[in-house]
Amino acid sequence: MSRNRNNSAVGPIDWTIIGVWIFFVVFGWMTIYSAAYDASHPMPFDFAKEYGKQMMWIGISVLLAILTLYIEGDFFAKFAWVIYGFFLMLLVLVLIIGKEVNGAKAWFGVGSFGIQPSEFSKIGVGLVLAKYIASIGGGQLKNMQSRLVSAAIIGMPAGLILLQPDVGSLLTFVAFVFVMYREGLSGNVLIVGFAAILFGVLSIVTGAGTANIPFYGEQSGVWMLIIVLTILAILVLLYTRNFIPPRNRRKMYLIVTVGTIAAASFSYSVSYIVDNILEKHHKERIYVMLSLPVERKDADYNSEMAKITVGMGGVFGKGWLDGPMTQNNYVPEQWTDFIFSAVAEEWGFLGSLILIGAYVFLIIRLMFIADRQRSVFSRVYGYCVACIFFMHFLINIGMVIGLAPIIGIPLPFFSYGGSSLMAFTLLLFIMVRLDSERWSVLK
Amino acid sequence: MEGRRYTLIVIVMTIAVIYLLRIFGLQVVSQYWKDRGTALTEKEVVVYPSRGVIYDRNLRVLVTSQTVYDLMVLPKDVLPFDTMAFCKITSLDLDELRSILKKAVTYPNVRYKPSAVIKQMKPEEYAPIAGELYRFKGFYAQARTLRVYPEKAGALLLGDVGEVTKKLMEKFPEYKKGDYIGLSGIEKSYENELRGQRGIKYVFRDNLGVERQVANGNLDVKAIEGTHVVSSIDIDLQKYGEKLMQNKRGCIVAIEPKTGEILALVSSPTFDPNLLLGRARGANFLALSRDKQKPLFNRATQAQYRPGSIFKIAQSLTALQLGAINKDTRIPCNRALIGCHGSHSMDDLEMAIVHSCNPYFRGVMQRVVEGGRNPKNRFKDAQIGLGLWREQIMKFGFGTNLSTDIPGVKKGLVPSPEYYDRAYGKESWNFSTIYSISIGEGEMLVTPIQMCNLACIVANRGYYYSPHTVKKVGLNGAPRPEFSQKNDVGIRPEYFDVVISAMEKVVGPGGTANGAKLQDIVICGKTGTVQNEPRKDHSVFVCFAPKDDPKIALAVYVENCGFGGTWAAPIASLMIEQYLNDAIKNIEREKHILEQNFLNQ
Repeated sequence: MSRNRNNSAVGPIDWTIIGVWIFFVVFGWMTIYSAAYDASHPMPFDFAKEYGKQMMWIGISVLLAILTLYIEGDFFAKFAWVIYGFFLMLLVLVLIIGKEVNGAKAWFGVGSFGIQPSEFSKIGVGLVLAKYIASIGGGQLKNMQSRLVSAAIIGMPAGLILLQPDVGSLLTFVAFVFVMYREGLSGNVLIVGFAAILFGVLSIVTGAGTANIPFYGEQSGVWMLIIVLTILAILVLLYTRNFIPPRNRRKMYLIVTVGTIAAASFSYSVSYIVDNILEKHHKERIYVMLSLPVERKDADYNSEMAKITVGMGGVFGKGWLDGPMTQNNYVPEQWTDFIFSAVAEEWGFLGSLILIGAYVFLIIRLMFIADRQRSVFSRVYGYCVACIFFMHFLINIGMVIGLAPIIGIPLPFFSYGGSSLMAFTLLLFIMVRLDSERWSVLK
Repeated sequence: MEGRRYTLIVIVMTIAVIYLLRIFGLQVVSQYWKDRGTALTEKEVVVYPSRGVIYDRNLRVLVTSQTVYDLMVLPKDVLPFDTMAFCKITSLDLDELRSILKKAVTYPNVRYKPSAVIKQMKPEEYAPIAGELYRFKGFYAQARTLRVYPEKAGALLLGDVGEVTKKLMEKFPEYKKGDYIGLSGIEKSYENELRGQRGIKYVFRDNLGVERQVANGNLDVKAIEGTHVVSSIDIDLQKYGEKLMQNKRGCIVAIEPKTGEILALVSSPTFDPNLLLGRARGANFLALSRDKQKPLFNRATQAQYRPGSIFKIAQSLTALQLGAINKDTRIPCNRALIGCHGSHSMDDLEMAIVHSCNPYFRGVMQRVVEGGRNPKNRFKDAQIGLGLWREQIMKFGFGTNLSTDIPGVKKGLVPSPEYYDRAYGKESWNFSTIYSISIGEGEMLVTPIQMCNLACIVANRGYYYSPHTVKKVGLNGAPRPEFSQKNDVGIRPEYFDVVISAMEKVVGPGGTANGAKLQDIVICGKTGTVQNEPRKDHSVFVCFAPKDDPKIALAVYVENCGFGGTWAAPIASLMIEQYLNDAIKNIEREKHILEQNFLNQ
């Protein structure tokens, strides 16, 4: 509690988190080594290969982590807007001078290395969101104004990322919705979100087919969904009125009617967007995930290969450097977004269980750490870190095992790449530093 | 609001549990993904051994192997690809490619089994494709060996190899689709030795098409190279024989009497064995099989001719052994009974052979068949006599396939009593019915190789070894055991004196084969003129030389060109010259033969 301890990097540091981080980085590097393994370049420090470069990024990240632990927590609160603004500027800059990779201007290219500002921008969003919520008082995201400000904080970088366009990184910003929920946003947001996913999937599935509507002939299948929805709503209105006290009936009529109209128009919009606005490969990826028929024969190649690679693992795995699918490069660029498939093949179900367990442990541990903070700023930031990890975990692993569409985002600490490793390390160690000061200040 | 943490934790846990269940399903419950992975990553590659080389008796290479490449496609691995680029490197046109790919997935071909796109590309054709192939997933090259014939001779003798047919695969289940098998000649009869043993290599194939070993190759089965085979053929003699027989139908069989080794086996017209190689094989095979001169028909072993006068050698020996005559027996040349030629009237055996006296041998056969073994019934007597005759004749190898190592040898026909019973009815025939066989006409059928074998028997004075084309299996090996087994024909050696002496005179002054005489080598031979109504007679000659230490026995058949002494005998003499002297002195004789064309007679 003395100032002496506050300045020290060896204060009440949460070594458990650091232990998990070390586990992830070491396990992650080993997996990259295996996935990118090239018998003619077996040296771990060979910079011609991804594992050599990753070794360098790990070194830099360790330095960044130590550095972060020596920076006072105050600094992050004070300079939150500066950090946010800096990354926002980079996001603007990348649209102008960025290098286009896979159709997205998301990278600053420096030789054979690239820096992806969208990965870092989440740190800025986390800090500013924490600072803003701290300023209005924790758990108070209840009025429209605070929600709009929060949405703007999240929305500005998100909008710039959409311009790149990098749908994957954009989706990870959903993490902040969970944070806002923790800080007072109505739980209906989650219900609406869940309903949106449900109706989205239903409308895409039905929209992939056609329906024969009387008098209108062959129409998109989504109309069938809308008709069924309407009939259900009418049935609900007719048969449930007797169970609802008269004073609540008006409210019920309103909810069912508005809800049905909203669901119907949402379904139609999703179907329309998928058919007419989304790019063809996005549509294909969604179709592949939902097991819908795709025109292009190999559209599901990555997904199929990833599932096969996972399936090859069995209970105990094929052993490090011994996964036939991994060693023979069936999954394109496996060391990046599909890295989990290499873990699953070479370490089996047990390895997958440990990895997923470690992520769940990290996320939940971060939530507990966040909640033990006296400072709202630290707490909100802690939730941001936990929820960002959760979103990456959710999308990345879901994609590999075929439960989410193929969206290129990294698995934290595992996927090859300097930007993501450095950004996630910073994100995490800022929280470790803030946590180490939990007794000293009340912000 | 702290309670909301638990909502978030529940969401995280729920997702984690759903994911773990899904992963458990993929990894532990389902076999489907594992099967697909194994099918993708592991492959059994057949390693074709190099087929054994066939050498001639002087170790000159007759048949060897050359590496060629089959471009294969595994339809299940094919991804959409740049067909134009593919067509460009393979020089296929787009329609061809389409139909090949369609065929590769049409029954009996299936998506997960490889089919050939282009077969047997030469190394120079494959080289430009090799570097580009990685761009086309599902396509790969398979090296294999193709037979080549550097000497361009001995097509039917050496035989050919081809892909196994469905029928052959049913018969020999160890062969798989795409395997090659010897179809004729030495390639067929020594298939087991030549082919070696297929190996199996287990490999990964990554998506760049690079193959890597599974388990460091510990599971692999090494291919065992085919055994080399040393043929008994003297390729110079073979080629010279083919040259002499140019523009003629017929054949030459040359055997070393002491061993039964076939020195040359010419069937004319012949063709360059290299025609039946590679991608041109199909078209060339069709053309050859439609050729009216039947180049694919091995006249030396499959043509069954009436024996003609040369059969009188066998008749003489049989009659002597059966005691029907002795060498001093004289029989009048009664041309009322059967036609004859030349001026003679009361020959003894030796002169009868020299003159090829038909009435004499009619008389000899009569004594053999009507031996008085059943004095009461002429018919039964003839039956017994013919039976004894046949038994002896078959000891010479007539009516048998001689147990050679040449596929498809015909047996010919030695009529048995039962044969005539069927033809004329039981006890309804006697010598006067069947007398024409006495001079080698009538029902009797022989093959040229049997006639050459007869010459060997005379040269050896009473025995022969089964004629064979392979001297050694393996460079330091031995012939098959059955070929070192002596076949005794059961004729007392001294009976051969008179026959050999007569055969010497045939080639001597005034003999029917005087045109075959050589200055420095004594040839013993016998001409024959096989009647072949309505077409012209076949000219036939059998011989061996030198008389005192026979090194070569020959049977020469020239179809539809006339008298035996005119064409077949000089050809035989030139062959002897070539084999024993390695040089031709009788240039005029050679020129005369080479100029003839009997193909259209």
